[in-house]
Amino acid sequence: MDREYEIVVGLEVHVELKTATKIFCSCSTAFGAEPNTQVCPVCSGFPGALPVLNRQAVEYAIRTGLALNCEIAEVCKFDRKNYFYPDLPNAYQISQYDQPICKNGYLDINVDGKHSRIGIIRAHLEEDAGKLVHQGSITTTTYSLVNLNRCGVPLLEIVSQPDMRSGAEARAYLEKLRSICLFAGVSDCKMEEGSLRCDANVSVRPKGSSKLGTRVEIKNLNSFRSLERAIEYEARRQIEALEDGEELVQETRTWDEEKQVTRSMRSKEEAHDYRYFPDPDLPPLRIDREWVERVRASMPEMPDQAQQRLINTYGLSDYDANWLTSTPQTLEFFDETVKHYPDAKAVSNWMMGDFSRLLNQNNMEIADSKVTPQYLAEMLRLIEKGTISGKMAKTIFEEMFFTGKSPEEIIKEKGMQQISDQETLQKIIDEVVAGNPKVVEDYKNGKEKAFGFLVGQVMKATRGQANPALVNEILKERLMRE
Amino acid sequence: MELYELTCHELKEKLDRKEISSREITQAFLKRIEQVEDQIKAFVTITGDLALEQAEQYDAGEPVPGLGGLPYGLKDIICTRGVRTTASSKMLENFIPFYDATVAARLAAHKGIMLGKLNLDEFAMGSSTENSAFYPTRNPWDLDRVPGGSSGGSAAAVAAGEVPYSLGTDSGGSIRQPAAFCGVVGLKPTYGRVSRWGVMAYASSFDQVGVVSRDVRDCALVLNVIAGHDPKDSTSVNQAVPDYTSFLTTDIKGLKIAYPREYFQQGVDSEIRQVVKNALKHYEQLGAIVEEVSLPHSEYALPAYYLIAPAEASANLARYDGVRYGLRDLQAENVVDMFSRSRAAGFGDEVKRRIMLGTYALSTGYYDAYYLKALKVRRLIAEDFQKVFADYDLIVAPTTPTVAFRIGEHTDDLLTLYMNDILTVPVNMAGLPGMSVPCGFVNGMPVGMQIVGKPFDEGTIFKAAYAFEQTTDYHNARPNLGVSK
Repeated sequence: MDREYEIVVGLEVHVELKTATKIFCSCSTAFGAEPNTQVCPVCSGFPGALPVLNRQAVEYAIRTGLALNCEIAEVCKFDRKNYFYPDLPNAYQISQYDQPICKNGYLDINVDGKHSRIGIIRAHLEEDAGKLVHQGSITTTTYSLVNLNRCGVPLLEIVSQPDMRSGAEARAYLEKLRSICLFAGVSDCKMEEGSLRCDANVSVRPKGSSKLGTRVEIKNLNSFRSLERAIEYEARRQIEALEDGEELVQETRTWDEEKQVTRSMRSKEEAHDYRYFPDPDLPPLRIDREWVERVRASMPEMPDQAQQRLINTYGLSDYDANWLTSTPQTLEFFDETVKHYPDAKAVSNWMMGDFSRLLNQNNMEIADSKVTPQYLAEMLRLIEKGTISGKMAKTIFEEMFFTGKSPEEIIKEKGMQQISDQETLQKIIDEVVAGNPKVVEDYKNGKEKAFGFLVGQVMKATRGQANPALVNEILKERLMRE
Repeated sequence: MELYELTCHELKEKLDRKEISSREITQAFLKRIEQVEDQIKAFVTITGDLALEQAEQYDAGEPVPGLGGLPYGLKDIICTRGVRTTASSKMLENFIPFYDATVAARLAAHKGIMLGKLNLDEFAMGSSTENSAFYPTRNPWDLDRVPGGSSGGSAAAVAAGEVPYSLGTDSGGSIRQPAAFCGVVGLKPTYGRVSRWGVMAYASSFDQVGVVSRDVRDCALVLNVIAGHDPKDSTSVNQAVPDYTSFLTTDIKGLKIAYPREYFQQGVDSEIRQVVKNALKHYEQLGAIVEEVSLPHSEYALPAYYLIAPAEASANLARYDGVRYGLRDLQAENVVDMFSRSRAAGFGDEVKRRIMLGTYALSTGYYDAYYLKALKVRRLIAEDFQKVFADYDLIVAPTTPTVAFRIGEHTDDLLTLYMNDILTVPVNMAGLPGMSVPCGFVNGMPVGMQIVGKPFDEGTIFKAAYAFEQTTDYHNARPNLGVSK
């Protein structure tokens, strides 16, 4: 990136709150149901239907607000945001315009050791819209179908300050926000199911300037990676345009995942006039302080606290602690494993290594894998005792991951027990030494490589089950006597 | 006297004494409908078979006190499960709700007998029922005149003896004005007293379901059934519902009645002023204290109403887009085209006019000057009323500035038409309860007196209205309709 410029990023994040029912009616919010089976007069905009606010949605908003260090409004209200679209049954979205439920918060991020505090302007409640299904592409389709199941699913829109300075920081912010929402238990935050959505506002300015540059909003960011890449791309595009003496226009652009570029969608002039006004169907919402305090008292450990605990208790690095607190399930697995096997660093290494690799490769979450903390701890103990080698452990872990069998069981089934018996190894080594006089000679003449060959022969003879440390030790001793 | 001429409580007495059955009552009203409906056109849909079925069920079951077994009609903006509900709009000409409005469900649960759905100005926008997309309703007192609106069908049907009572909605006078024009009792309860669930919204912060009836006792009986908190309507208020018939006494000694000078000025016909002044004298004779007061911001009520109500309407009516139900233009090229063509074909002129007005008032650059300012006016008007109610129990004024006008008389003069609501709109602005009670005639047409009370104090209105009614004879007057064979 050009050294003369600074990137300025702010994010608007939509978090789907995991209430059982919708925000203004009692329809189910379950994902993936048959189209238009989770609808009623309210969420499908029938005449005479009226919204009734879901108390749980408000409580989740309070929870999120507290987790993000926000002020919780004593009084807030709901407004109608007016626009016509086939997936918006009332032709207005009930949202919060000038009196959001949460405001003035922050969250802290850490990118490559650099700590930053990202301000949060506001978080407000609103209802989701439905989904259109086109026959083929939206421009060539002869008809489109409307699925209203998602209409009225509660969303919390969280708007950050323009405090991020790179795609990596934006990504760290979104990952942190996700962790916080997961720990607070307010959302599943699944980007692929749309329960976590993000738009980025990107501008660039000369380093040292305090004036914001012309802002571009990027939509269609469907993963953490596309968020990061889109911002980097867009910033580069803006800097190049400025360098070429072009003037930037305020506009909305969409991220083209295939081509890895942003493309213009509409300019500021084409922007809607949403004609917000207070929804007369919903009286102002008063949130008494007692409620807020009750929610505050019920808050579980949040990612920052957990990270601090891991660092203080186990001496883990920032990086490890950050990784282990990415989801409550990760932390729980770690905590549980450490209970049975107190070498936290070893546990953390296994989780961040093989465990995480297998999860990613199979597109799974911790809950989807069959391995338990107890078995991981047991396996680590077996490594420590020398019963199995690190290499064997990899095979055993993979087996545990998919089958949920205990390490003992797997070792028995596969005959994987490590040979750590001095006498047995001595005998094998004697045979190897006797059978390779030339190599032994080479070794004595100072060829270090020859030692590795002999170890290899021992391992081959034991089908890899010899305890490598012990083999090294005995072989060295044996060769000295030669 | 014919059955159709009786009040609900008179019919109920006969029904309870088993002098007649619910089926006989229902048949009597269906016959009356058959005889006069051609002239009145009060109904959009008549549900005779359903009514007879319900009546038979009633006769076969346990009697239900109050209004059980008695017929009624509903303004066709109140959703009824399985029965077409049109809002008198082309847009919803074939719309059959799969849910009941709470008020419809309450009457049904109370074992009332629904005779049908009553005509209105399209989506309750109008003061004459001329804005019905189907046909205008006529005033039973003079078939060349309008019955008022928007609940014109509800008022005309009661006045013509087609139903013993009906429900309407009142956002700016839509129950009280037609009640006054048709010489019947019309009540708009306090905003929040009656559920709006299932009632197609025109202007949500004004809309309130209310009653049209022959006399004050009937009105109290109906309110007893429909009033009360509804968890499905967040603006309905959770406050105990008294038995409104317990307020029906003629002893009003010491009751403090205010009459606002602004409601007896130019713009209100002098004959009407005189009739209502006479009514005030009558109250004095009954022992009430009657004094003149001022509601200084009254003149701003109408312009403010015509900003806020259309603003809300512009959003409320945006859902009629042809996507899920209602009229859809099939010639459209694309979805935006479908929206505009469907709405162009489905809505009448007045509805379009108010959607345009409201959209404009909410637009960036105009919001503060129009919508926000109108909200401030609304607060001032509410404060005017609060000040008066600090010292008085009730406010009494004419309901309308004129008697019923001729059909077509104001078609080209919308401002005059809008002015017809000048005395009723302020009450909606303040969310107060108001009742129109027959109090005399001018040139053979009925005149209504409006009695306005404190929030949720419908009881005191009933008391004053009942005292007046029981000591006068206006409520016994009936229009003289020729009966077709």
